[in-house]
Amino acid sequence: MPGRKVLMDFEVTPDSHSLAAYRARGGYQALEKALRTMQPREVTQEIVDSGLQGRGGAAFPAGRKWQGIDPDDGQPHYLIANADEGEPGTFKDRWVLEYNPHALLESMLLASYALGVRHAFVYIRGEYDIPWRRLDAAVEEAYGEGLFGEDILGSGFSCDLFVFRGAGAYVCGEASSLLGSIEGSRAYPRNRPPRMTVRGLYQAPTVVNNVETLATIAWILRNGAAAFRAIGTERSPGTRLISVSGHIRNPGVYEVELGYSWAKFLHEDCGGLLCNKPLKAVIPGGISSQVLTGKDAKVLTAEEVECLTLDHEKLRSAGSSLGSGGMIVIAEGTCMVRLLQIMLRFYHHESCGQCTPCREGTGWMHRVIDRIVAGEGRPEDIDTLHHVARYNDGTTICGLGDAAGYAATAMLDNFRDEFEYFIEHGRSKFGGNLECR
Amino acid sequence: MKHLIPEFEHLKKRLPPGHDATLLVPCLRRVQEDRGFIADSDIDGLVEYLGVPRIQIEEVLSFYGMLRRAPIGRWHLQVCHNVSCSMRGAERLLDDLTGRLGIQPGETTPDRRFTLSTVECLGSCGTAPVLMVNEAYHENLSAADLDALLERLD
Repeated sequence: MPGRKVLMDFEVTPDSHSLAAYRARGGYQALEKALRTMQPREVTQEIVDSGLQGRGGAAFPAGRKWQGIDPDDGQPHYLIANADEGEPGTFKDRWVLEYNPHALLESMLLASYALGVRHAFVYIRGEYDIPWRRLDAAVEEAYGEGLFGEDILGSGFSCDLFVFRGAGAYVCGEASSLLGSIEGSRAYPRNRPPRMTVRGLYQAPTVVNNVETLATIAWILRNGAAAFRAIGTERSPGTRLISVSGHIRNPGVYEVELGYSWAKFLHEDCGGLLCNKPLKAVIPGGISSQVLTGKDAKVLTAEEVECLTLDHEKLRSAGSSLGSGGMIVIAEGTCMVRLLQIMLRFYHHESCGQCTPCREGTGWMHRVIDRIVAGEGRPEDIDTLHHVARYNDGTTICGLGDAAGYAATAMLDNFRDEFEYFIEHGRSKFGGNLECR
Repeated sequence: MKHLIPEFEHLKKRLPPGHDATLLVPCLRRVQEDRGFIADSDIDGLVEYLGVPRIQIEEVLSFYGMLRRAPIGRWHLQVCHNVSCSMRGAERLLDDLTGRLGIQPGETTPDRRFTLSTVECLGSCGTAPVLMVNEAYHENLSAADLDALLERLD
């Protein structure tokens, strides 16, 4: 067991996602307590004190984001739960939506109370069908018991929730871009400043938080910031939901206490690698993350993994990040050139086309890697990939262009010999293998 | 789309007043669910109902991957070919499908029974490979599962 639990602290049964089951494990008590005994600013202070960091990719302190909004400034404010989970390798918010939707809803009510929000949204990716059905049923249950709508629990606080289904665009996971989608237009990311807490949805102050970040709020209000701080490490309090996939025996979503040994997690909790192969590399937090630092290697090699712990600071010092918690395990014998080809095709496909370096750069890198995989690579192609990656870095409004570049740079830096081999011989050093055989 | 307006009016109740354009994507999704695609007459109807310019609707339609302007086959088979699925057999699944159906991704069988597509990450990486059939995910899909599944889709 990878440590203590916050979101997976119950046994999943056929009806454990229902309102009744959630209440039976203490659900909605924090809401009652907050509405009756706490001022909105005290709720925000509790989140600040908890040290909760965002779980969507950037690990920005959630409380500090909330402090960007003055609940009493007389303007409308909006809260959006980002459930546009599309980062390859990431499927942990789906777990919350399917198995603990009321933790999200109670938390959104608490956040709305803290931030003076009358209308809140969940932006859920368009392809998620069962997660949407579960969430939608939970919302109707909550409305049915007066937990949303006018004068909630007789407190005078009113809040409505709209579940907004996307229509197939990875870029909507970028918080400012989903605003455009909700406003009925193309989902183009927006320049900051102004921050979204100054000018967001409908030009009003807006907080966008990841599903897992928000869902943790109710636990913190129920148990207190100190109890949350007692879990995890000093600089990374709490837990993370890690979704594990790839060449691993027991893929799935695990709740991991931050600071847990990575080797133990992989080899014991996840059952080790498929086919008893040695580990080649791990993509730790989705094939990209929203972190906008220049040296952000997205791939960790086997030796690096063995001595790491799972927390934000250790991964950052290793030159990567826990990102979205989407961990992809890669066994020895896998062709990294073809893996990069998939990643670059993905970024090219998903680039929204707004910024020239990303629109042109992702396409350019995609054409170069396709050429290499077709056996027609040229000796200068590795330099070309590096060159385009460098000019994508920091020159675009959102992180998609940067991420495409980081993916290429990390793969080339760590596995350069494989790329050279492919170009020189016109074929893969590992027979083009993607599967573990 | 006019018969769907009562449903749209119901959705409005949970939105802040004065932001009807927010219903654009939800309306387009609902129209597509109803008709199978979005027709010119639907766009005309939404221009009138939501009060948004036609060009804005066209822009949205050409941006989001799930929205379409033309009908497709009865069963839309979408194979995820991103990293995790490829590492767990998505390429073999896609080869199997193109072989059986005699069509490539992006094409529809002549009897209009199947349309085949490839799609990027569906968030089903831990249960890879995944095939999305219309709205439903079919996960951990083996060749034997595929046999049984295709049989059921008439």
